[in-house]
Amino acid sequence: MKLMVSFSKKKVREPIIARVVKDTGVLINVERARIEPGEGEVLIDVPNGSADEVSQKMRDMGATVRVLEDAIHHNETECVDCGACISICPQDVFSFDDDWNLVLDQKRCVLCGRCLQACPHGALSLLR
Amino acid sequence: MEKSIEEINTRIRDGNARVVTAEEMPDIVAELGEEGALKEVDVVTTGTFGAMCSSGAFLNFGHTDPPIRMERVWLNDVEAYGGVAAVDAYLGATQQSTTQGDTYGGAHVIEDLISGRSVELRAISRGTDCYPRRTVTSTLLLEDFNDAVMVNPRNAYQNYNAATNSTDRTLHTYMGLLLPNSGNVSYSGAGALSPLANDPHYHRIGSGVPIFLGGAEGMIVGQGTQSSPATGFATLMTTGDLKQMSPDFIRAATYQGYGVTMYVGVGVPLPVTDLEVVRSTAVRDEDLMTTIVDYGVPHRDRPAIRRVSYAELKSGKVEINGEEVKTSSLSSYKKAREVAETLRGWVEQGSIELALPTRHFNAAKRTHPMRETKVVPMVREVMDPEVVCITEDEPIIAAATRLLRGETNHLPVLDTDGFLVGIVTTYDVTKAVARPDDRLLVRDIMTRKVVRTTPDEAVDIAAQKLNRNNISALPVVDPANRVIGMLTALDLGKLLGGRWQ
Repeated sequence: MKLMVSFSKKKVREPIIARVVKDTGVLINVERARIEPGEGEVLIDVPNGSADEVSQKMRDMGATVRVLEDAIHHNETECVDCGACISICPQDVFSFDDDWNLVLDQKRCVLCGRCLQACPHGALSLLR
Repeated sequence: MEKSIEEINTRIRDGNARVVTAEEMPDIVAELGEEGALKEVDVVTTGTFGAMCSSGAFLNFGHTDPPIRMERVWLNDVEAYGGVAAVDAYLGATQQSTTQGDTYGGAHVIEDLISGRSVELRAISRGTDCYPRRTVTSTLLLEDFNDAVMVNPRNAYQNYNAATNSTDRTLHTYMGLLLPNSGNVSYSGAGALSPLANDPHYHRIGSGVPIFLGGAEGMIVGQGTQSSPATGFATLMTTGDLKQMSPDFIRAATYQGYGVTMYVGVGVPLPVTDLEVVRSTAVRDEDLMTTIVDYGVPHRDRPAIRRVSYAELKSGKVEINGEEVKTSSLSSYKKAREVAETLRGWVEQGSIELALPTRHFNAAKRTHPMRETKVVPMVREVMDPEVVCITEDEPIIAAATRLLRGETNHLPVLDTDGFLVGIVTTYDVTKAVARPDDRLLVRDIMTRKVVRTTPDEAVDIAAQKLNRNNISALPVVDPANRVIGMLTALDLGKLLGGRWQ
């Protein structure tokens, strides 16, 4: 399960992820991190069964945690099912079904945003 | 056995025609044999839906009172070509908005019009005795135009190269986003469903043939511009009434970093008159080959990486140098199918009749490159062959002395064998002197990733390298990586002034 962890640097001075890994023993996979001067945002992947425990620990430390379900918004009216997004996605989020409809495996997305650049029809956007 | 076009049209009128799409035809031929298929099938419909930059529409606005001869015309801030007549203009799909850049262009105006949205017309003129008015502004719907005729100079390429990128940076092209180090392959075209792929000898495709264009019944005008049948790259010039078209089959698009283009749906119904039509429509994706070319090389003739079939491209991956590379298409196969299916419906319902070409293509025609009478200067013509270099083992102070004596700001750094391994600039040396630490030698302060050029590179490409990397000089190296000159922004500056004379 993917969790988006946001924190302000002022509020959280501790190494949150390291602390949670140490305390819970849950192996956390960091898929994406954006660290700005005053705040940070980290996308992590945790085993489904441990998501609640990890979230709770992180919240206790002052971070905001939300489960990432639909990372990308796919506007089916704009989309022409060309597939320009397929080969540039490092996570294989996009594919065709048997009828050449574009299908998304949202769970795989790590929010890199490359598909937004590749879509000629502006049919993709990131849900923030 | 042969079938006449009259016979086929009679069957269409009577509602008895057997119509199949080009996707179904190979199996039918395999099952019934060529003679059997000729007897059984009357029409094969084709379709493609992809980016076709060379598209646009002639618009006639009607006369104003007092009348104006519109010299410059804008629709939603996208300029249309007004040098046609008083109130006619040609709006090109790729023309970009003067206010919104590549997020809105001619293709978007066309899509807005056929979607029933209004567009703002602005036009200016000098004013003449017969056309005294000098400006006009109006808000128009598609129905307000006297005529809105799509005329696309180049549609439905018979074949198109697939693209990859061998450089170490992402490229933004009309073939979409190309990842570095051949990280992906993009391709265009519907393969065995594409119109010209089903008639590669232009036997039933030619002037006057009725087609599906953008959701309306259109017509093939003739060979498209840049059509090169002799090399298997024929194109179609098409026309149709914009007022009959549908946004399902005309879509504006933007390739980031490249610009605006338009996705157009084109389908040609092929009358199954003889065995040649049967054979050519039995084509499969496995039989249709194209070339993967390297868009990382900024030349007209880009190097071919390998030949590949549409079946491989459509499988989602191809092999390049032993590695699996993901492919994606820029054109929509799903929409191409919709085009062929819609066209099948039209023929079955008798709402379209077929015609033989009134003029056949010139199959010997081939496109040639532009005859350039004034060639682009090469790096060797403007570079400075006097290069002051330094070796990586020398002290920084030696670099400072050499920069001063050489009156230059850039020192290529050579290893003991004389090969280029780095570069130091006045700034690097100044920085090292101002913040003295244990870094004493040139190798400690040099930049190791040197952007370089070659003597036979076009100066435009060298200039692009300077721009992109925000630098002001490029060492010029021979194939062995020996420095044979320097090209600086100053050298390029010398070219200005004489450029357009």
